Amino acid sequence: MSGNDGFGDLRELYQEVIFDHNRQPRNFHAMDDADHVADGHNPLCGDQLTVYLKLADGVVQDVSFVGHGCAISTASASLMTEAVKGRPVDEVEALFRDFHALLTDAPPEGRDFGKLEVLAGVREFPARVKCATLAWHTLHNALIGARDTARTE
Amino acid sequence: MNMSEIAVDAAPGRVDTPDLSARAADFPILSRAVRGKRLAYLDNAATTQKPEAVIEAERRFYRESNANIHRGVHWLSERATDLYEGARERVRSFLNAGRVEEIVFTRGTTESINLVAQSWARNTLQPGDEVLLTGMEHHSNIVPWQFVCEQTGAVLKVVPITDAGELELEAFDELLGPRTRLVAITQVSNALGTVNPLAPLIRRAHAVGARVLVDGAQAVAHMPVDVRALGCDFYAFSGHKLYGPTGIGVLYARQELLSVMPPWQGGGSMIETVSFEYSTFAPAPQRFEAGTPNIAGAIVLATAIDYVLEVGLERIGAHEHALLEKATAAVQALPGVRIIGNAAHKAGVLSLVVDGIHPHDLGTILDADGVAIRAGHHCAMPVMTRYGIAGTARASFALYNNDEDVDALVAGIRKAQDMFGGRP
Repeated sequence: MSGNDGFGDLRELYQEVIFDHNRQPRNFHAMDDADHVADGHNPLCGDQLTVYLKLADGVVQDVSFVGHGCAISTASASLMTEAVKGRPVDEVEALFRDFHALLTDAPPEGRDFGKLEVLAGVREFPARVKCATLAWHTLHNALIGARDTARTE
Repeated sequence: MNMSEIAVDAAPGRVDTPDLSARAADFPILSRAVRGKRLAYLDNAATTQKPEAVIEAERRFYRESNANIHRGVHWLSERATDLYEGARERVRSFLNAGRVEEIVFTRGTTESINLVAQSWARNTLQPGDEVLLTGMEHHSNIVPWQFVCEQTGAVLKVVPITDAGELELEAFDELLGPRTRLVAITQVSNALGTVNPLAPLIRRAHAVGARVLVDGAQAVAHMPVDVRALGCDFYAFSGHKLYGPTGIGVLYARQELLSVMPPWQGGGSMIETVSFEYSTFAPAPQRFEAGTPNIAGAIVLATAIDYVLEVGLERIGAHEHALLEKATAAVQALPGVRIIGNAAHKAGVLSLVVDGIHPHDLGTILDADGVAIRAGHHCAMPVMTRYGIAGTARASFALYNNDEDVDALVAGIRKAQDMFGGRP
């Protein structure tokens, strides 16, 4: 599906994993017993989501989200929930920093991003970085207990 | 509302589709590639590209005539002043205003509307007075009135729009009342393309003693505008949507209103005398042009006006209408595509949503093929709310667009559907 399907560079951005997570987002539900919750909103796009967290002993025990947005923002939120579940909070924050670098500068050396790597194609489309990072900023706000709605535009 | 009145007002000019194909060569940027593809620039409602004549006029001014205006005794200052005031006269003629003193240069439509809000409305509105807007206004024709309503205790009323994107004319008549002081209405909706039947609405507003401000930002590049035939009290537009530079715009205001409106910004150029006890102010329009204005912008706007008049606004409108009809038919033939804004009388805007594809994803996929459109709420959030959507993908046409641009748009939408659909 690469190269000869007429979609060219777009396949760098819209990889099959993105379509999969856009169509069937993982951990896509509200969480009644969450201990950390935050909202994210990009008013220009209309992208809106809520991230729910359950922490124990400094580790993300459970994470979920609800909301609506473009394929990039929905898939990024879905992939994020898979990537951070079971990880210590400080690792999650470090991953966010590295992930942000992956999308905007050069990928940090030696970091294995796993499935998150599929979002690296956003680098060629700077206007879409805010879509891919909204869920992460919202997660960050949930972790630090910020009351403001997260925004990436 | 007398329907025959509307029909006459809304009837598109009967002009055979003109051949403007040679005009694209006037716009240097159109020959550049974008992401390795031919550029199909369909974001004209956001801003238009500039013809060589406009680009050259900007360069020529700074090379040959640059000086500050209205104060120099030297030759260059007189030259720049003549060009600047000459541009004001060309704008007067363009709008068919009665007097050159009725033309104020501003930064754009937004500043023109804010000027009316903070000078005229703030000093006119009383608590309980009403400002009547429509549900299809751009934020720039909503927020300034919210400010002034908070300042004065006046109340905003909104004429709703139909599923097709037209004004509910009966509601307009019901909402117009003895407390209505101002009707602020767009001539063409930037999000829907709707052309409003202004002349009869303005007559009805005047009949209850209200003033009328027309947002002409999306109109002036697509149809001839005659402020005296319309009968409006205020008319605002921007240069950059008319093939001119950014940062220059126009407010037309009737002489009897403008001459008694207080200044809204203080500074140089707008005064007669200044002491620390008090100042007296210059007559309009200088009273509203504090500080050194966008001299080059005004002069080059006049060049842009000359350009569109040379091409002919009737011809431009007919050309764009033909493209709009072609694009509309092609898009309607695609499954899962819904056009937002189906008014009987539209100008140059095709707003749409595609099932299962967010407008931003569609915009990115089109961009990869060199097709530039706008995705989002188009600074008209209440319109999006009205139709229960977060945003639309909007293609908007200009005199240099052609069938190839429409074909690229339609092919891009199909490609997006191929990418998003069909793959389990």
